[in-house]
Amino acid sequence: MGEEIKVIVFKLGKEEYGVEVEKVETIERIQHLTRVPKTPPFIKGVMNLRGVVVPVLDLRGRFGLEETEHTDSSRIIIVNVAELKVGMIVDSADDVIDVDSAAISDPPEIVGGIKAKYLRGVARTGEDRLLILLNLKEVLNKGELVQLEELEV
Amino acid sequence: MEMNQYLSMFIDESTEHLQAINEKLLELEQSPENLDIVHVIFRSAHTLKGMAATMGFEDLASLTHQMENVLDPMRGGKQSVDSFIFDALFKSTDALEAMLSDIVAGGTGKADVTAIVAVLKSIVAGEYKEASASAAASSASPAETADDAVALDQYQFSVLEQSLDSAFNVYFIRTELTDECVLKAARAYMVFRELEDNGEIIKAFPSVEEIEQDKFDRAFSLYYVSKLPQESLVHLIEDISEIRSATVTPLDHDSLRLMMQTAGALAESAAAVEAPARPAGNRSGAPAEAKAAPAAAAGHAVASRTIRVDLDRLDHLMNLFSELLIDRVRLEQLASEIRRSDLTETVEHMSRVSSDLQSIVLNLRMVPIDTVFSRFPRMIRDVAKTLGKKLDLVITGADTELDRTVVDEIGDPLVHLLRNSADHGIESIEDRKRAGKDETGTIQLRAYHSGNHVIIEVSDDGAGINRAKTLAAAIKKGVVTEAEAERMPDEEVYRLLFASGFSTADKISDLSGRGVGLDVVKTKIESLSGQILVSSQEGVGTTFSINLPLTLSIIGAMLVAVGPEKYAIPLNSIVETAAVDAAKIRRLHGNDHLDYRGSVIPVIDLAQVLEVPGYQTPEAGERNLVIIRKREKLAALVVSDFIGQQEIVLKNLGKYLSKAFAVSGATILGDGQVALIINPNALIK
Repeated sequence: MGEEIKVIVFKLGKEEYGVEVEKVETIERIQHLTRVPKTPPFIKGVMNLRGVVVPVLDLRGRFGLEETEHTDSSRIIIVNVAELKVGMIVDSADDVIDVDSAAISDPPEIVGGIKAKYLRGVARTGEDRLLILLNLKEVLNKGELVQLEELEV
Repeated sequence: MEMNQYLSMFIDESTEHLQAINEKLLELEQSPENLDIVHVIFRSAHTLKGMAATMGFEDLASLTHQMENVLDPMRGGKQSVDSFIFDALFKSTDALEAMLSDIVAGGTGKADVTAIVAVLKSIVAGEYKEASASAAASSASPAETADDAVALDQYQFSVLEQSLDSAFNVYFIRTELTDECVLKAARAYMVFRELEDNGEIIKAFPSVEEIEQDKFDRAFSLYYVSKLPQESLVHLIEDISEIRSATVTPLDHDSLRLMMQTAGALAESAAAVEAPARPAGNRSGAPAEAKAAPAAAAGHAVASRTIRVDLDRLDHLMNLFSELLIDRVRLEQLASEIRRSDLTETVEHMSRVSSDLQSIVLNLRMVPIDTVFSRFPRMIRDVAKTLGKKLDLVITGADTELDRTVVDEIGDPLVHLLRNSADHGIESIEDRKRAGKDETGTIQLRAYHSGNHVIIEVSDDGAGINRAKTLAAAIKKGVVTEAEAERMPDEEVYRLLFASGFSTADKISDLSGRGVGLDVVKTKIESLSGQILVSSQEGVGTTFSINLPLTLSIIGAMLVAVGPEKYAIPLNSIVETAAVDAAKIRRLHGNDHLDYRGSVIPVIDLAQVLEVPGYQTPEAGERNLVIIRKREKLAALVVSDFIGQQEIVLKNLGKYLSKAFAVSGATILGDGQVALIINPNALIK
């Protein structure tokens, strides 16, 4: 048995993903976002999180997946990693589970269209339930954002 | 009474510096070899000297100056420290503390420091071993100055003198309430308010605090400066009910001086004899008697007027308030849906209260930089006198608001820079004449917002920085080699001025030239995460430009709509708004231009630059324009609608989007939505 880690589970399409609970500040419903001009398309804008202005990105767009209309179950997960506070739009977020760190295996090259470098690993949590753990540091890599900006502008 | 603002600031800062000196002296006693500690003490003493001189507390300044003289050789390791020097320094610090507490108690901070100054001087001269006997009796006695607290202090006196000089009327007003009056404090307050609307109260007897606490008899007196004539003042006061009489006595220079004397004389006797207040008599006698009565209590603490609050708490308050605001908007919506009159009323009341609260919360941290700036004209005047130069200080942008933290910290660096400009920048009168310049040197002090920065500039029209002299000094100190010096670009040469212990001044003056100063300035600015730049042109002048980030600040902004989106444009870069027919905008070389008051300025379509999705400015019809300015350059921004002016709180976009295009930050609108703030500087090429 390895260490138990608490993970927030959310969905993009049919796949289930997880981020460590201590990196998540709060989960919010979809609310008004103010567009920021000349940013990459997956950046949806900024929101008011109790007086703090927080940038919000669409995780589907970030991974190059097809973006869908936001629904009632769509959520914004506010994460706080390396002093960056960012909101991530996901299809739904509805569970917190314990994952045995021994059950996490290295990610394959590509899972559900997402490159391995964005992933921390894959955890088997049930009979045929796979949970893909994100590597938030890479997902929120600013260097990549700057490159993207340069491509766009 | 405006001067209290600076006084309390001075007291706060001086207390801190004195405490630092005390602590560091103790530390130094433990490890006398540590030169770093000497540096810290020296800087504190230096700053203290500057501040005291600025506030006109000469004895404080002269004592700290002597301390500096003692510390200076120690700083270079040239003088070892022994217990005698420590004793002298500690005694000086005690004396400084005594003077400061006198100031806190409302006194003038005057004290006899000759004995201790003599000791300090003998240390500098190296003959202190013999002089040690006289050191015993050297600490200052604030007791003898306590009496002054009754009368006008030197500062208030000079304020009154200056008011007379600038064609204001100075009055001594004695007001008596009727015997039936129950709420004495409230009536007195009404009088104060009426008067403060029309002029300025310099001093009140009994003190304002005592009046507020009802600690006075039927009468009170005050010194008052106003443009109003005597009769209208009498009417003004007697119009308030329950006032038995108001005696308004105009004062001129002579009667003012006479009063200063009699007041001083009476104050002494007042300690022994309790003088009962008599009804107002002749011109000079009455005020003096009125002063005698509250003699015992007049030394009320000035320092109690402010409290210091941890800024983190204010931040927390601010965030909590933003949450409240969102709920308020939500409640307003719900109330308008439910349509129950008592609910609507309650919500409306809550809205009013919360908008009052909003302005308080928002303004808590913000202070106009004026609180720092306005003590400079006096300082420059004194400096000019000391140096025998003619100086003119031009201040612009004193209403620029800055975070309290920044305002608190920016005072010392600015004092250094201004003194530096006056001392080194501006040439002597003869040199200026020879160079064909106006005899009077001009120092400009400017503050303005630029994007999400505040820029404070100190510029003089003096001789500029002498490259050769600077480099020669740098080579002598071993900061650069001769070979390096030759290749150095000007900017880097100027940067040498900020190196520690660097000074090109030929002689050490009371003002500057010790080589503390610019390096302290730089360290301070950098600790505020700002930058300092120098630009200079020989013979023309030097500009020090301090660039401070505006992490949290409130600015006036114009809210505009661009299609479905809302943006805020800082008011200080807006020249005006206009509505112009689309046909008047002409296309030249693929860019739109507009004839604007005799010049051709570019027209920028915000919908287009900001790539507003699904919206285009219609081809024909009227265009709403916001004319913006970046220094001399103008441009017109096309918006679809003006929403209105508003005070907004600047917020940054978060680190993830730190470099957004043409946007300097964001603000949260009343409805809880985020609006971006346009950075006009990025739009004007």
